[in-house]
Amino acid sequence: MSLNYLLRRLGLFVVVVWAAVTLIFFLPRLASERNPIVERMGQTAASAGKLAEGVGKMVKAWEAKFGLDQPLWKQYLRYFRDVLHLDFGYSLAYYPTKAIEPIIRALPWTIGLFGIATLISFLLGSLGGALLAWPKAPRFLQYLLPFFLTLSAVPYYLLGLVLLFLFAFTTRIFPLSGGYPIGTVPSLSFPFILEVLRHAVLPGCAMIIAGAGFWALQMRGMMIIGLEEDYIAFAEAKGLKGNRIFFRYALRNVLLPQATSLAITLGQVISGAILVEVVFGYPGLGTLLLKAVSGFDYNLISGIVFIIIIIIAVATLLVDLLYPLLDPRITYQRRVK
Amino acid sequence: MKALGKRLSRVGAYCRRNPKLVSGVSIILTLVLFWLIGSLLLSPTRAQPISGLPDQPPSWRYLLGTDSNGRELLAVMVVGTGLTLRIGILAGVIGLGIGIILGFLSGYYGGLLDTVIKGIVDVLLTVPPLAVLVVIAAVIARAMTLDFMIVIVASLSWMLPTRTIRAQVLTMRERAYIQVARLSGMNSLEVIVKELMPNLLPYLAASFVGATAASILACIGLEALGLGPQSLPTLGMTIFWSISFSAMLRNMWWWWLPPIIIIAILFVGLFLLTAGLDEIANPRLRRRM
Repeated sequence: MSLNYLLRRLGLFVVVVWAAVTLIFFLPRLASERNPIVERMGQTAASAGKLAEGVGKMVKAWEAKFGLDQPLWKQYLRYFRDVLHLDFGYSLAYYPTKAIEPIIRALPWTIGLFGIATLISFLLGSLGGALLAWPKAPRFLQYLLPFFLTLSAVPYYLLGLVLLFLFAFTTRIFPLSGGYPIGTVPSLSFPFILEVLRHAVLPGCAMIIAGAGFWALQMRGMMIIGLEEDYIAFAEAKGLKGNRIFFRYALRNVLLPQATSLAITLGQVISGAILVEVVFGYPGLGTLLLKAVSGFDYNLISGIVFIIIIIIAVATLLVDLLYPLLDPRITYQRRVK
Repeated sequence: MKALGKRLSRVGAYCRRNPKLVSGVSIILTLVLFWLIGSLLLSPTRAQPISGLPDQPPSWRYLLGTDSNGRELLAVMVVGTGLTLRIGILAGVIGLGIGIILGFLSGYYGGLLDTVIKGIVDVLLTVPPLAVLVVIAAVIARAMTLDFMIVIVASLSWMLPTRTIRAQVLTMRERAYIQVARLSGMNSLEVIVKELMPNLLPYLAASFVGATAASILACIGLEALGLGPQSLPTLGMTIFWSISFSAMLRNMWWWWLPPIIIIAILFVGLFLLTAGLDEIANPRLRRRM
């Protein structure tokens, strides 16, 4: 891997982070002319039932405290500095904790469940899709195609709702919501881990089933094209075994574009995961986001959104840097002309 | 007349070879028909709160029952389907429009412009649309309107079309027939409109359907979070209300199931449409199955 490529790729990562901070800073200021301090004071005054004297003075004082009386570019620089220290300000709903604390508590749940679910669905789907295009695969697989096709088109969280109805509400095999039983304290004991797994089955399955269909269809399309290549005909002519042709010749060569699309679609996967969490009341970032949204907890919202963008940027970076391991044709050396 | 008949039979023959396209088109048309006939028979006011008794199961009077606020769910489905189709088509048109302009500029002219546009697309593609939408929607909260939502969603749906079109233009730019056109005195705009566009039609159509599907997905997700236009009976809002009124625990299947079915049908239709268009653009996919 050349240094040049590494630097360019890291440069793109920095630009993504910069764009994320800039979007989160400017979007609300473009979208609304409202002054959050005045808004907040108005709410407090309304709940107190009377208008306190000197509200204007208080607004001024708070504005000075939060730096809102500064020019926009100074606020921007200050915001940038804070965000890079993961300081999103105080959470309104969880005051007086900082917005980052509930985020850090929710993060392992989201990454754990949806990281694993995405990986499983990617592997299962890719293998299934490759087999769908493989002439020597068992025939019954062909009948699965319409099934895959339908599921891949349905958003994760809708599938989640249906699973919830079938396996938690009607038959009560799995719990209805949450990440662990209410009343237990999270610990690393065996029964607790078992409960966590039991709670993760349905939301995980929703993502795996819907995701696998998507990967399978994409893989099938590329595999059909890949199987027409000359090296496949050559491998067959050499008399290689079917398995070897499938895994070492056909599958391996189409894995790269598949991995690329994993990186590209991660954003959509995460958006879907957020809603799956909401449906299942799973204690991750999605449910936290819903809470933040309904409580108008602006600092928490921007914190969650920033973290989500960073997760995606890091994951994309990792996929890009892992390419040479997947595909030896790529060296990132500059070609000698 | 005879020529027309011949042409029609040729179209028919092609349709038999591409069943995905046909079934996709017919599924979408069915939904359009459902909306058209529904809005003729049911007045949209019945989708508003307190138009019927609350919490009624399906009956002859309320065919799909009512929700806890007394909206008639069949009317909600009709209005919601119409709104969702409108969101998808408008956002798709805007997204594809921007995608065409930027994709052609980037692919055909190249150079610094190409680097800048490609860079912006690469950066924005890593930002999940739903995240940006949530930030905006949370700030403007109650002031969210349908048109505003369409504009925001559309402004986030042009990246993939731009990327696809750019890639295709890059491969076509150096083909012999483009060079012939250029040598015979066509200017760049003529080459783009008369030579490149017609050859890219299947890709443009697939990009349009893709942008439409992505926009609808983002909008329904936003609505399901309770951040859509508050006063409109959209499909996503129905899901949001059914979750917040715990319709499932109260066994009110007629509340949460119909929007899921309609959304699923819509996405399957759009998906088949994309797959069918892909086969036109890339005939090698048609082989087997």
